[in-house]
Amino acid sequence: MEPVLEIRGLAKSFTLHNQGGITLPVLSGVDLAVYPGECVALHGRSGAGKSTLLRTLQGNYRVGAGQVWVRHGEARIDLAQASPRQIIELRRSTIGYVSQFLRVIPRVPALEIVAEPMRARGIGPAGARDRAAALLSRLNVPERLWSLAPATFSGGEQQRINIARGFAVEYPILLLDEPTASLDGENRLAVIGLIDEALARGTAIVGIFHDAEVRERVASRLYEMTEAKAAA
Amino acid sequence: MSALPIFIEEEPPLLVVDGVTVAYGSRVGCRDVSFELWPGEVLGIVGESGSGKTSLLNALSARLEPAAGRIRYRLRDGELTDLFGLSEAARRQLLRTDWGIVHQNPRDGLRLTVSAGANVGERLMAIGARHYGEIRGAALDWLGKVEIDPDRIDDRPLGFSGGMQQRLQIARNLVTNPRLVFMDEPTGGLDVSVQARLLDLIRGLVADLGLSAIIVTHDLAVARLLAHRLMVMRGGEVVESGLTDQVLDDPQHPYTQLLVSSILQV
Repeated sequence: MEPVLEIRGLAKSFTLHNQGGITLPVLSGVDLAVYPGECVALHGRSGAGKSTLLRTLQGNYRVGAGQVWVRHGEARIDLAQASPRQIIELRRSTIGYVSQFLRVIPRVPALEIVAEPMRARGIGPAGARDRAAALLSRLNVPERLWSLAPATFSGGEQQRINIARGFAVEYPILLLDEPTASLDGENRLAVIGLIDEALARGTAIVGIFHDAEVRERVASRLYEMTEAKAAA
Repeated sequence: MSALPIFIEEEPPLLVVDGVTVAYGSRVGCRDVSFELWPGEVLGIVGESGSGKTSLLNALSARLEPAAGRIRYRLRDGELTDLFGLSEAARRQLLRTDWGIVHQNPRDGLRLTVSAGANVGERLMAIGARHYGEIRGAALDWLGKVEIDPDRIDDRPLGFSGGMQQRLQIARNLVTNPRLVFMDEPTGGLDVSVQARLLDLIRGLVADLGLSAIIVTHDLAVARLLAHRLMVMRGGEVVESGLTDQVLDDPQHPYTQLLVSSILQV
């Protein structure tokens, strides 16, 4: 089987031009291949670059050095070389991402936030709304909240809307940044259920799971990360 | 999984800009700007006052001839045409039909002494619509889309709030089904609550209509919400460009880093 995601020699550092031009190395020599149906848990101390790696895989951070090959249908695309339009297309159809925090847009109701990735893939409004509603129910988001913009929702409610949005489309690759961080036991189980189903469908998952219990339940293997050393 | 088209078929770009320089005598407005804009794409141009954003926008929308460089636009017949090779009449025709221009100050884009309905209908009449009932119907439809009470159709926009005037200006521009819309600080000068409503409206309309848009703004939050891609300008030059969230979350150029780090957190 071929990997859907193949990282070769990835390095990433941040140069802070307005703070004396200091360069912070965060990732170096990351090699990782991820196959359909497996869940790789990024593991390491705070500051080891787990979130940076996830954001780089999503195209939110630029690849510093090395290659990140993503299988996109029949094609393979290196994120290091991809154009903005290609990255937008990858996010539409191949790479899903559940961030730690929901980015709220004024006036856009919860149901629409969840339905939006489906609409972007050409699913009709009724079908998209039905699936969005099913996901929100499954994640125990009360129906009275669906038509409201989530700006005033609790952290846990916002997080569940974010998760519903991430699982709304069956992406071949799913990136999860602490998906259960602010959830109680019942909702944690609901998220574990969604992850299990995605894996059974063949989705490849790369995630950060602080919660050891969740990690042990869903991870196929761990990828150990240590702080990158400053470049010589 | 269903057979999803993997790449949207490669459409050719709508606008192709090569090495555009705008000069006012010896003073340079913007220098050597190149980019392409694709159908359905929203490009944000960000930077502080005096960075050359508006000079560039005026050149792109054929209102100011560049001192150097070339701007080509794909006309509805599919041909990529040099804007300043067109006659002035042809350029004006583009502005009235295929393009929209949303000015920062709605008073620059509206006629305040005629009714709201006439402001919208006028653009239709400029492209040959003559049937009064149909024009009024289209005006009513558009007032609804921009959330203006249909009862206000016969009122002059002079008495409208700033936010309403701005929404009317958008309706006036979109009624002719333009393919490309230029917006210069569309939310500038409005209260924050009014801004949010307008932004949401613009976002929805651009997505639903599949419009291409070029939006000049100094507000990075507006850029994040509306633009697929960003160009960061400083001193007349593009210092950085790329995917919007990449430019904002992983800025490379010292100036972009300064801009991003200067935003106050709420």
